[in-house]
Amino acid sequence: MKQLSVDHLLGIKYLNKNDIDLIFETADHFKEVINRPIKKVPSLRDITIANLFFENSTRTKLSFELAEKRLSADIINFSASQSSVKKGETLIDTVNNILSMKVDIVVMRHPNVGAGVFLSKHVNAKIINAGDGTHEHPTQALLDSYSIREKLGSVKGKKIVIVGDILHSRVALSNIFALQLQGAEVKVCGPTTLIPKYITSLGVTVETNLKKALDWCDVANVLRVQHERMDVKYFPSTREYTQLFGINQQVLDSLDKNIVIMHPGPINRGVEITSDVADSNNSIILNQVENGVAVRMAVIYLLAQQIKR
Amino acid sequence: MSSKVLLNSKEIEIILHRLACQLIENHNDFSNTVLIGLQPRGAYLAKRIKDILTNEYHIKDLKLGLLDITFYRDDFRRRDSPIDASSTKIDFLIEDKNVVLIDDVLFSGRSIRSGLSAINDFGRPKLVELLVLIDRRFSRHLPIQPNYRGRQVDAINQEKVKVCWKETHKKDVVYLEHN
Repeated sequence: MKQLSVDHLLGIKYLNKNDIDLIFETADHFKEVINRPIKKVPSLRDITIANLFFENSTRTKLSFELAEKRLSADIINFSASQSSVKKGETLIDTVNNILSMKVDIVVMRHPNVGAGVFLSKHVNAKIINAGDGTHEHPTQALLDSYSIREKLGSVKGKKIVIVGDILHSRVALSNIFALQLQGAEVKVCGPTTLIPKYITSLGVTVETNLKKALDWCDVANVLRVQHERMDVKYFPSTREYTQLFGINQQVLDSLDKNIVIMHPGPINRGVEITSDVADSNNSIILNQVENGVAVRMAVIYLLAQQIKR
Repeated sequence: MSSKVLLNSKEIEIILHRLACQLIENHNDFSNTVLIGLQPRGAYLAKRIKDILTNEYHIKDLKLGLLDITFYRDDFRRRDSPIDASSTKIDFLIEDKNVVLIDDVLFSGRSIRSGLSAINDFGRPKLVELLVLIDRRFSRHLPIQPNYRGRQVDAINQEKVKVCWKETHKKDVVYLEHN
């Protein structure tokens, strides 16, 4: 009987290949569940989950909420903008107050790197990292790999290029870990200023020419430029960025093969990707969203399995 | 551990035919009846029953679904080791259908209880019946009884009924094992 090797989902770097396989196998079952007439199972009836979002989120928050509801868990939602965090309360105090209400699992998004790890050492609940600063976003990487597996049959041996703002992207880092764990080759592509200096130490290659990167890959995972995390200008103008790194139909037509286009959202249409590409048959962007619910159900289910009363 | 043979392959063959005939008595041409095998082990029995009904009694368009009940079990997080889920394959609606739930062994009745909950997520059946190969008497935790039973067995708690199918164990046989 299989179970996860970790007590919390803090990042992909703490997982092994078997964990990812188990999450995907379980997600396959949940994908069938969420396509039934009644899209709900009663597994987590006695589990309470707190969704703590100290940073803005739309789809991740909705996706987690839906996944929890599909598993019949009780949920409480918290966003920093409407809370006592504004009044100066510390993270541990906030979370411990919430845990006093008998919460079993905490799903947390936080602007600070390592917030999930920190919390896991100080509170008695399962922690799921829903994004910690520019560090990791493990469930996004899992659903990205799951979507590639669904579209191409497997991740192993596939060539994946991550295009865009790698420097500020937690999605990029988690994807690099997840894809490499499953035997994929990973390349990053973007302006030199938005590629971390030592990224090659993770075993990825760097390409600054978009056309060459797309010629090489089977899948392009396109990332948004995260203006909100930029304190200085990393490139001259958005127009120039789009001209050099924006994916449009002409670029795709110039390739001698079809590649799969992914985007974790939110999309800035006309900047990193044009509408015709985002809505084309090559795009699996909406499949990613659907798979996100199934993968998050799997993660929550497998962690809840470890909770003993 | 000692074991004795409860049913050999010939006896199983006879029982499966008898169960198929009993189903025909109640469901005629199966036009409004579907078979649902509980995963994993009830699935083999359900497929056998379907094959007999289709090939030997010429029932046409008989619908068979496979139902996994892992996410409906009442012992989630109470077991020492977690159960691996199997796949659910029901590509038809159960709304207003007569459903025959099929499992290999009826013991505590908890799996069937989970199955009854799970089946409702595919629609509201008109009627649900239960068919089992082995009915272990005096071991029920819930008020659940089969409509069709292959063989009734009195077994104490230390004993285990093990059903082997030729699809997985090369021959059909049912053992009563004692630890």
